[in-house]
Amino acid sequence: MTLHRPTPSGPGPQKPLFDVAAVRAQFPILATLIHGKVPLHYLDNAATTQVPDYVLDAVRRHDATSRANVKRGVHTLAEMATDAYAAARTKMAQYLNAFDEREIIFTSGTTSAINLVANAFGATLAAGDEVIVSELEHHSNLVPWQLLKARAGIKLKAIPVTDEGRIDVAALPRLVTDRTRLIAVTHVSNVTGAITDVAAVVRAARSVGARVLLDGAQRASHGPLDVQALGVDFYAVSGHKMFGPSGVGALWGRGEILEVLPPFLGGGEMIRTVTLQESTWADVPARFEAGTPPITQAVGLGAAIDWMETIDNVAAAAHTAKLADRVLAGLRALGNRGVRVIGPANMERRVPVIAFAVDGAHPHDICQMLDSHGVALRGGHHCAQPFHERNNLAGTSRASLALYNTDADVDAFLNGLDDALSKLT
Amino acid sequence: MIDALYQKDVMRLAASAKGAGKLPTPTATVTVDNPLCGDRVTFDVVMDADKRIQEVAHTVKGCVLCQASASVIGAEAKGETAESLNAVRDTLRGMLKSGATAPTDGKWAALVAFAPVSGHKSRHECVLLPFEAVIQAAKKP
Ligand SMILES: Cc1ncc(COP(=O)(O)O)c(C=O)c1O
Repeated sequence: MTLHRPTPSGPGPQKPLFDVAAVRAQFPILATLIHGKVPLHYLDNAATTQVPDYVLDAVRRHDATSRANVKRGVHTLAEMATDAYAAARTKMAQYLNAFDEREIIFTSGTTSAINLVANAFGATLAAGDEVIVSELEHHSNLVPWQLLKARAGIKLKAIPVTDEGRIDVAALPRLVTDRTRLIAVTHVSNVTGAITDVAAVVRAARSVGARVLLDGAQRASHGPLDVQALGVDFYAVSGHKMFGPSGVGALWGRGEILEVLPPFLGGGEMIRTVTLQESTWADVPARFEAGTPPITQAVGLGAAIDWMETIDNVAAAAHTAKLADRVLAGLRALGNRGVRVIGPANMERRVPVIAFAVDGAHPHDICQMLDSHGVALRGGHHCAQPFHERNNLAGTSRASLALYNTDADVDAFLNGLDDALSKLT
Repeated sequence: MIDALYQKDVMRLAASAKGAGKLPTPTATVTVDNPLCGDRVTFDVVMDADKRIQEVAHTVKGCVLCQASASVIGAEAKGETAESLNAVRDTLRGMLKSGATAPTDGKWAALVAFAPVSGHKSRHECVLLPFEAVIQAAKKP
């Protein structure tokens, strides 16, 4: 594979200074009145972020002007759609700082990206080979490896979690062996918000010649990434968690690794030649994109990346960190009423995803009561059951912030929680 | 709306925790989970020769709605069979689905407290889960 750096593709929207009111004005859904009367305070961004007009318009514009299937047509619309899809790939390659845009495979999301690796890379593993995950993983970075274990007899190991809710990388040197082929961990926890010490993971993996996969679902909305600097081998993201449409995501993989992997799904577009008995495979990324891809959604995701590039990331991160500090302080102040933060106590090496438990009150009841205040939270095990079981928790409630959140959202959350506690405990 | 969902009746039912605990010598024990939220309900029963519930007890790791529902069962399930509980559950499910308000006669009238849950589809399972557990327990050979 020849390496050529993706080049920027035309101007995106204008880059204003970070102004939360101006940002909010671009998200029509944020003007919603819940139950027809209370303003929405959307604090469920770790589950799904909202979508700005710029993306909504791009999606509509694509389907209104350029809709066609990609690759297999020579007519004008087919070429426009193919170009738009290719441009989205270029944007994702830039956002992740891939070596080459052909290293970007569009998937339906993080889950399908990880399943792709578990099948294609998984096919190169032998019984007794080891995959190391962590106790903090989302089920989507756990179950695909359990399926591989059942299929291929690999050994599945898990890095423990510290009491602070971080992947305990100090345990890694004891876990890796010369049979370790992959360490697959989350870049940022969807429960504790902790950012993983990727350098330590890569070091441990390299010491035994293993590969590293990062689940980037929770990291992707917090500014551009650099997979080269991270030094990993696979990276998975979801469009709906980065201000883009649902139904699309991406897997980045190092070109030299992808090139020698067998396909996962078979079908149209992923072959070079097909006879009745056998086929040869197309080059990457087509080899891993069987069938019609999520074209419109990928175009929308490309627009989301353009939109994110209009944001001053440093200012946006400072803004959300300040709000998150208020959330953490507010939860701490409720400590005498049974409230406990599950995760790091301050904003060091973490994102504004904040889980908490309340003695004597169930997360669903808390979330339901907060909904009457217009506050959207999430409660349950957040698809991270092993972590909750380790901490003896049936579930937690979670407030997760994005750059369009405000002090008013934090106020509504803390007041609503106070109210819920007085009713429930 | 919300205040209706957590009205006094439901809160009182949950707090009363009728039948909460374990039986010393159950004839059957069944645990069911709600995979969506991780809620877990365990029912112990002692069945008599006519396959009627003689004694019942439950442990609930769940929300207020789940606790309240288990509490109604704890109070009323004695003398019921798996079939009769099934019928109660069907009526309850109908009430949740359609929003009808007065589904049950005398003995199970307390279930009317769950009528406001009808507008919250994501919470129906919270109310129904204890019924699933007790019915399975009553059916166990
Ligand atoms: C850390 C993490 N990994 C993976 C996923 C799965 O993403 P998706 O459902 O978009 O495939 C999520 C989303 O909930 C997540 O938070």
